[in-house]
Amino acid sequence: MTDDELIWRIAGGSGDGIDSTSQNFAKALMRSGLDVFTHRHYPSRIRGGHTYVEIRASDEEVKSRGDNYNFLLALGDSFARNPQEEAYYGDEEIKPLTENLDELREGGVIIYDSGLLDTDDVPNFDQRVEENDWHVFDLDLRGLAKEYGREIMRNTAGIGATCAIIGLELDVVEELMTDAMPEKILEPNLEILRESYEDVKENYDTDVGVTVPESEHEEEPVLISGSHGIAYGAMDEGCRFIAGYPMTPWTDVFTIMTQHLPDLGGISEQVEDEIAAAALAIGASHAGAKAMSGSSGGGFALMSEPLGLAEITETPLVLVESMRAGPSTGMPTKPEQGDLEHVLYTSQGDSNRVVFAPGDARESYIQTRKAFELAYNYQIPTIVLYDQKLSGGHQTVPESVFDEEPNPDIGKVVTEEEIEEGERLAGRFKRYRYDGEDGVSPRSLPGQKGGNYLASGNEHNEAGHISEDADNRVTQMDRRMSKLDAIRDELDAMDESHQTVYGDEDADYAILNFGSTKGAVEEAVDVLNDDGHSVKAMNVSDMLPFPKGEVNSFLEDVDEALVVEMNATAQFRRHIQGETGRHGDILYSLLKYDGNPFEPADIVDGFESQLDGSAEPAHNTRIESARGD
Amino acid sequence: MSVFNAIDEERDIDVNEFTPSLEPQATWCPGCGDFGVLKALKQAMPEVGRTPDETLLVTGIGCSGKLSSYFQSYGFHSIHGRSLPVARAAKLANPDLEVIAAGGDGDGYGIGGNHFMHTARENHDMTYIVFDNEIFGLTKGQTSPTSPKGHKSKTQPHGSAKSPIRPLSLALTSGASYVARTAAVNPNQAKEILAEAMEHDGFAHVDFLTQCPTWNKDAKQYVPYIDVQDSDDYDFDVHDRREAAEAMQEAEESLYDGQVLTGRFYIDEDRPSYQQEKQSTGDMPETPLAERYFDDDYEWERSYDLLDRHK
Repeated sequence: MTDDELIWRIAGGSGDGIDSTSQNFAKALMRSGLDVFTHRHYPSRIRGGHTYVEIRASDEEVKSRGDNYNFLLALGDSFARNPQEEAYYGDEEIKPLTENLDELREGGVIIYDSGLLDTDDVPNFDQRVEENDWHVFDLDLRGLAKEYGREIMRNTAGIGATCAIIGLELDVVEELMTDAMPEKILEPNLEILRESYEDVKENYDTDVGVTVPESEHEEEPVLISGSHGIAYGAMDEGCRFIAGYPMTPWTDVFTIMTQHLPDLGGISEQVEDEIAAAALAIGASHAGAKAMSGSSGGGFALMSEPLGLAEITETPLVLVESMRAGPSTGMPTKPEQGDLEHVLYTSQGDSNRVVFAPGDARESYIQTRKAFELAYNYQIPTIVLYDQKLSGGHQTVPESVFDEEPNPDIGKVVTEEEIEEGERLAGRFKRYRYDGEDGVSPRSLPGQKGGNYLASGNEHNEAGHISEDADNRVTQMDRRMSKLDAIRDELDAMDESHQTVYGDEDADYAILNFGSTKGAVEEAVDVLNDDGHSVKAMNVSDMLPFPKGEVNSFLEDVDEALVVEMNATAQFRRHIQGETGRHGDILYSLLKYDGNPFEPADIVDGFESQLDGSAEPAHNTRIESARGD
Repeated sequence: MSVFNAIDEERDIDVNEFTPSLEPQATWCPGCGDFGVLKALKQAMPEVGRTPDETLLVTGIGCSGKLSSYFQSYGFHSIHGRSLPVARAAKLANPDLEVIAAGGDGDGYGIGGNHFMHTARENHDMTYIVFDNEIFGLTKGQTSPTSPKGHKSKTQPHGSAKSPIRPLSLALTSGASYVARTAAVNPNQAKEILAEAMEHDGFAHVDFLTQCPTWNKDAKQYVPYIDVQDSDDYDFDVHDRREAAEAMQEAEESLYDGQVLTGRFYIDEDRPSYQQEKQSTGDMPETPLAERYFDDDYEWERSYDLLDRHK
């Protein structure tokens, strides 16, 4: 972290163009040489309500949303002004101010749209401004936007004013708007941008201490979400079939894939439900295409049944699970890590699957590629588990990460010659033969001569015929289960582990976490070590097979470890203990499940509270003591 | 050269090719109507000119689900009610395959009812055979979606208060472009209808009346049936939606009074299949997707080329 950073929050109502405006502004900041990280907060409704997007930008690497923020652009919720008299909308107009002030840092900046908002309606506004030394700019953004175009363009007026205050030249924003906007709205937007910029420059004191530094990227960056990482990883592995049903936040991956697949000669299917979606992916994969499906908690619950079918028929299948707060429908637009056990154990019988939980956009790409590779090489279902935060948050990633050869290989498929020469069982192709090395028996594809067999969801013999023979059962089970050991060996042998260790190897204390908490934890480790503690962190991505060896040696000499996760029941800690069978006396938990992702300060406070009681844990987090073994 | 040579093969096909060389002992009860479906299907295959290797038979669970065990072809014995989504994706991935899905009345009209409606609506080019014996067989005789109102079973001891599903009408209103009913007691008609269904370019639904001698002796599937195409009493145009709907309604109502009407009820040869529709919107490749993974000359595009929009 650095003092020289901008954490800019644009707040308004859903449907007011908050998302698209912030996307463009984030790109502009990135183009001006900064590292960027975005965070979306939105309600489960289409129009109106309190929504914001935060963009953190710095000349140093930014890994999380950061602690609080220092620049508020409060636009007002245009949908709170409802023309229908009897419609219930509540007191929402001033939410962009009332809901956001608590987290605004001392000395921060507020721009508010006086065309829509009246600070007289905000309790103690002037007093709070004075106490916190905030710099307030009351600008009639709406009036300006209306003058040159339409009211919705007040977003642009807000950007112009922001640039004037933080000292960002307009050219990079203008260039971006020219790239992003259709011609007919471009000109009025450019006029609004310049007018607003000039107005603030001329009529206000902009020397308020919140600026962005000048910087340059060492490598060409791209601004990507975790969902993009997953979608691009899938496509680069030759995935050309996707089936799905819309559900937040999984829809992001589904729509990105759908947007591109037809152009790449692929097929996307929006179907009647999630059971069908996963079953379609199985059908396409069985016929010889690389296929995927996915959902979020509730929809993934429906996929439990086809997931087991893929396991026993040994059909390669990749599923994505984008977690949101549960149980049931829970909080559709809020992140949580409460589906870990759901994903690890769902479906009938003994579980045999691979689960990866990438920690950032770059890992989303890399691990999705690996998930496909393993699914097809080992004929096993693999799941990419991530959450709403990583799904929609954008961050800068070097373009070179994506510069990898495509891999359309679909694993062990026999040729018709091999079928002819191969051993048969009662004249039938031995699809599920026992002697497959690493547990994998080569498959034939429907349409291949002489290769017909039965892929059965019932236990079956080597040719696929249903069998309840005891010896066959044990042999087939053992063969299928042995794949996980082979996969573990393969993951262990990789040049670069999926687990990231951060901080000094010999540190006395450890933090363990998985998935999207990665960046916040790493920043917390920096703060803690600067404060004189001795802390290291490990972000675990391999959920199954679990990297026992790596975790054991990471925890070997530490006094205590804090397991940081976004759920109420310490699922990840339970998983670590279950897999390693150890560490029960040193694993403490820091839990957060209020619908907001961890900020670094939550982790710092939690750690210091647990370690020596020198801090209080943040009010919306909970510490849970070690349970013993 | 294709990896799927069986598909290009043209030769005379023998009925016996569809009998597994080691036929597993059938677990269907003596006198079960399911034997009739198996026999009719085997006999229909040579008529359509399809070999076991270019045919994919996807089944659900239950007695009907075992069809794929006794029929020699590529088979996928899936899960209860889910044969259709598995089958239609296989067909999308490789449209050159002959894809048949099969299930029972519980499987197809109960748990899989939603998939039935949507597969018919999309008009996937495939054949769907529903073994309709008005009972859950393998779970030992519970009331099914086609059991008559008042049907008594362990799960409906006071008699079912539910009216049965109307499979033909449901298929028609959902959008199936070929709808027929046949019966295990008439193998010749069954064979003809199955062959026609497979040759039909679109979703062909065959409600196949089968008798369950163990759990449903009361069902009317044993009685002589009337072929609506052969009888002057049932003169209607199978290409006319309205007339077809009326004929279906009559067939569905009279079934429970002991009058079994079978034959073709609706045929729409003009409606493009889902594959054709999707191709016309540019959402489906011309050559089978499954072929591409074996085409050494194919150039796989990378996401790298899409990154400009993120700069």
